[in-house]
Amino acid sequence: MRPFVSTSLRRPPSAVADRADDGECLVRIAGLEKIYRSKDGSDIHALADINLDIQSAELISIVGPSGCGKTTLLKILAGILERSAGEVVMQGRRLRGPSRAIGVVFQTPVLLPWRTVLGNVMVPVEVQRRDRAEFEARARQLIATVGLSGFETKYPHELSGGMQQRVGICRALVHDPSFLLMDEPFGALDAMTREALNEELLRIWSASRKTILLVTHSIAEAVYLADRVVVMTPRPGRIVDIIFIDLPRPRTLAVQNTGEFGRFVARIRRHFSAAGSVDS
Amino acid sequence: MTRDARSLHRVAGKLALGLTTFAVFVIGWEVAVRALGIPKIVLPPPSAVVVAFWEDLREGELHWHLAVTLYEILAGFLVGSVGGLLLGFVIGLSPLLERIFYPYVVAFQTVPKVAIAPIIVVWFGYGVASKVVITATIAFFPLLANTIMGLRAAPQDQVEMLVSCTATRWQVFRMVRLLQALPYIFVGLDVAIVLSVIGAIVGEFVGAKAGLGYLILQKNFNFDMAGTFGILIILSAIGVGLHALIGLAQRRVVFWMDMAGERVMGA
Repeated sequence: MRPFVSTSLRRPPSAVADRADDGECLVRIAGLEKIYRSKDGSDIHALADINLDIQSAELISIVGPSGCGKTTLLKILAGILERSAGEVVMQGRRLRGPSRAIGVVFQTPVLLPWRTVLGNVMVPVEVQRRDRAEFEARARQLIATVGLSGFETKYPHELSGGMQQRVGICRALVHDPSFLLMDEPFGALDAMTREALNEELLRIWSASRKTILLVTHSIAEAVYLADRVVVMTPRPGRIVDIIFIDLPRPRTLAVQNTGEFGRFVARIRRHFSAAGSVDS
Repeated sequence: MTRDARSLHRVAGKLALGLTTFAVFVIGWEVAVRALGIPKIVLPPPSAVVVAFWEDLREGELHWHLAVTLYEILAGFLVGSVGGLLLGFVIGLSPLLERIFYPYVVAFQTVPKVAIAPIIVVWFGYGVASKVVITATIAFFPLLANTIMGLRAAPQDQVEMLVSCTATRWQVFRMVRLLQALPYIFVGLDVAIVLSVIGAIVGEFVGAKAGLGYLILQKNFNFDMAGTFGILIILSAIGVGLHALIGLAQRRVVFWMDMAGERVMGA
């Protein structure tokens, strides 16, 4: 089955009313393939013919069972994994390797234990040799935005898991990337912290108008956050459905109790009735 | 109780336990030697060791031998560990050089250094130079092995995080690999400093004109068992002291390991 190509799916007007820059394609993924060669010589088709256009300031979530290649796709976009075929075009330029215009939030916080909170947030600034004074002010501002004021000189082990992941989000945003990749960023956290961080993510997104691609294995989280939900299935990893979530924004947790929300969740879950390894 | 007071309390408790054990051991030794009538040239009582030690100190010759051995230990440790560190970085960062060099390194390590000590004395003479070389060959390997292992210890996710922000290979080395190797390097330094004491003494046993090992041989020939024990005490004090110094430096440099409750165990 050929996956949907998003250019054929125009966004319904209700969802775009507050978007000034709608229709501007930030990232185009075309014919992307990833084949792993396993140790016994057989090939594993991790990604098969992935096609996706991502609009500027859009929040897309990718949902799928483990092994569907969603993390592989994200790592290719982040430039830390080679693709086997196809191409990724970002702002008109072919993406080869990591980009300064991309920020990544990982499954775990991945903080450097010998650096303070501020030092960790400043890592991309140092790597990219940007102006330290200017970006340190920005880093402090971001740290304040996620509610960690006063923790700038603390070390990672002095923070809770949720606070550490907040630092990871600040680090991904500090160099002001236009495209933010998030790989199950809240998967390791407890339900309460996770909901709080989802709220924070929506707040940051609506304030900064960044384009976000969020990988998750939670269908509810995917629907709650996203403009569009990309559904992937494994063996080989491919896109089987792309669903516009035209729930009004700003969204509150109460939206999860509406019938509309439930219908979106049910529609996505139908794709996994065979796989059965995705939580709601 | 505050945290400081509690930790002080714990340290005091540990110290009291250690001192009590030590006192019981020394008194038991003294009593046993006297009660069983063991000759002084077989096993001297602690009191005789203290007396012999005191006389050695007063004569003043001990200071000279101590200085010679300390110099051999420290110089050999410095040469060997810096060499091991440098080769460790070269091998750890280049898979090609690893394939070329590592088999020879392992082959060299499997040769007991005591067995090559006589050769080194022939080559470098009876002075301090040969002892420094023997010590260096012994201190070399712990640093080499631990540096190579440490450079591989960087977690993949930290490397990927840096690469995703467009870090170069050099930046990945400077910002993660080097720092992740430090705990391993300190384990290597710790092992090397203790082995350096052994290296210097072995070197002096093979042939020397001065040093604590030379002194032990002399005293043994004269059946001065109490004096030999006195030197053993100095040697173990040197070992404990140097080990403590490395530990102190480790806690300052690799401060995050202690804080996070992580520890790299020896290799």
